[in-house]
Amino acid sequence: MKYMILVAETEKEFAMRNEAGTAAFEAFMAPWFAYSSALAQAGVILGGQALMGPETATTVRIRDGKRIVEDGPYADAKEQLGGFFVIDVPDADTARDWAAKAPTSSSGHTDLRKVMPFDGEA
Amino acid sequence: MPGDTQESHALAEGIARTSYGKLLAILSVRLRDVSAAEEALSAAFEQALKSWPGNGIPGNPEGWLVQVARNRGVDRLRRQTVRDRIEPALALLAEEAAETNPDELFTDDRLKLLFVCAHPAIDPAMHTPLMLQSVLGLDAARIGSAFLVSPSAMGQRLVRAKTKIRQAGISFEIPEREHLNERVEAVLAAIYAAYGTGWDGDHGADTGTAGLADEALFLGDLLCSLLPSAPEALGLMALMLYTTSRRDARRSTQGAYIPLDRQDTGRWNRSMISRAERLLIEAAAFDKPERYQLEAAIQSAHVKGRLAGRPNWPAIEMLYARLLELAPSLGAFVSHASALAQMGRHEDALARLEAVAGEAGTYQPYWAVRAYCLRQAGRNAEAGKAYDMAIGLSEDASVKAFLGGEKASLGHAG
Amino acid sequence: MKYLLALYDDEKQWMSLSEEEMGEVFAAYGAYSEALEEAGAFVSGEPLEPTHIGQRFRTKDGRLVVQDGPFSDTKEQLGGYYLIEAPDLDAALDWAAKCPCASYGVVEVRPVWEM
Repeated sequence: MKYMILVAETEKEFAMRNEAGTAAFEAFMAPWFAYSSALAQAGVILGGQALMGPETATTVRIRDGKRIVEDGPYADAKEQLGGFFVIDVPDADTARDWAAKAPTSSSGHTDLRKVMPFDGEA
Repeated sequence: MPGDTQESHALAEGIARTSYGKLLAILSVRLRDVSAAEEALSAAFEQALKSWPGNGIPGNPEGWLVQVARNRGVDRLRRQTVRDRIEPALALLAEEAAETNPDELFTDDRLKLLFVCAHPAIDPAMHTPLMLQSVLGLDAARIGSAFLVSPSAMGQRLVRAKTKIRQAGISFEIPEREHLNERVEAVLAAIYAAYGTGWDGDHGADTGTAGLADEALFLGDLLCSLLPSAPEALGLMALMLYTTSRRDARRSTQGAYIPLDRQDTGRWNRSMISRAERLLIEAAAFDKPERYQLEAAIQSAHVKGRLAGRPNWPAIEMLYARLLELAPSLGAFVSHASALAQMGRHEDALARLEAVAGEAGTYQPYWAVRAYCLRQAGRNAEAGKAYDMAIGLSEDASVKAFLGGEKASLGHAG
Repeated sequence: MKYLLALYDDEKQWMSLSEEEMGEVFAAYGAYSEALEEAGAFVSGEPLEPTHIGQRFRTKDGRLVVQDGPFSDTKEQLGGYYLIEAPDLDAALDWAAKCPCASYGVVEVRPVWEM
């Protein structure tokens, strides 16, 4: 079963993206490297990406045949999507275990979402 | 008599809505700097909101705004210490002294502003945004949306373009006769880009929903009144009117897309069509048929064919062939193929489409026309794939739905 | 450059669709995915089950708290995503506009952080 783990970070964590090369950056990244390497070693990871901060977000809508393009993220929230992982695990319990282990589950928050299976898939 | 606050606000808002472009044009030409003029004009509006309620609304509010804005602009230029700023400031002061009625200069100034916005030194992609902002007063968010660019990025691009106008010393003049034609061409291209290519009726082709058709019509109208002896300006206006005349007929009451050959002609705007016809005849008198006149003539043939109940595809095909000689473009190429397919020559059409397959890539109309040709040729499996591409590349939900229906009916065809 | 297209829509709308309407929506997404692939822009993408099947994890007062969906923080919810390859943001926005979701929901475009 495929699941998507969405990590929501605080402003402070997004600010770290510009601190590459500093000790603080290394300390910030270490748990993420450990987490993704654990996912890889367990053989459950299918993909994942870290994202640039919410200030780089742009939203697009089409309404009444007109385009509406706006700066900024869709959700007006303190904690914003900072990245995601897609995993393939045998059951929902295993998926929850992995989501709970994401660094954002202790700072910010982590959402676990089930991927919609295609016909014929479990 | 002191003016009422509410009344002052309403009046200022009204002027901002109807005369912003005119006032900005006057000031831009005077200050030789679009961004300085914008800044000065917004300061003048602010000043008006403070001053009018207490001191009364002036007899000529627009004149008042221009005067205040010009003084602010001159002050700003005066304060700049750079040497090359002093000279225009002095020239401005001299001009100011000789100032007459701003309305006399008005038409000329707007034309100059159009030419500046479409100046060859400015990135062609910025011609239209500049025009929309400086002639019509649209904001960066609205312009950005139309061109699918984020508002902040569009804002930065506009600032850069205006800085370029100032730094490159682009002059606010009507070009010399020898350059006039190519400069008019750039203005026309910018207006047509705002319109969003007027694709219509080709089996659900969608070239985007720029949604600035009304603004483009306004600019086209303005250009026709400023350059009544430019046949291509008349041609462009006719082209935009023909396409707009069918706007209401392109959607059912439930919002479903209806291609040209299935539209209810009773829902066409007849007064727009007859105005387009008149413009096209006026343009023809100059005996210089070029791109926009040809495209308008194609639209005219579409309209007449539908109204007569006998589509004249051979005439349309010939006009496209002529257009391809004069102004080759992928759009014209695909339209030409579509006309061939309509004449039953779908094999010829497919062969021609094959020739541009490499560059057609993500050009949605190419896939829509290709799907139609393959369907006519009975190659249903390939047609289905082409329909998928045309659906996937469309951004109009009703066009997607229409093409989905066409694809679904493939199995039952014939 | 890689970009994430996050597709937000009102998941309640889905429940009121007939099977036929659902089929049309799936077909539109199928066509869109195919166009992305044909153009060499497709990297990955998945539709998601509604939020009531999901959970949210956060730490409060030193303890892990698990909350079952739906999460009521926004009117629309993440319903799926595409990861695409595009030369620049303009091109990514162009793809976002063509996504079926742009017509009834909203597509958020975010550049991937290349470490």
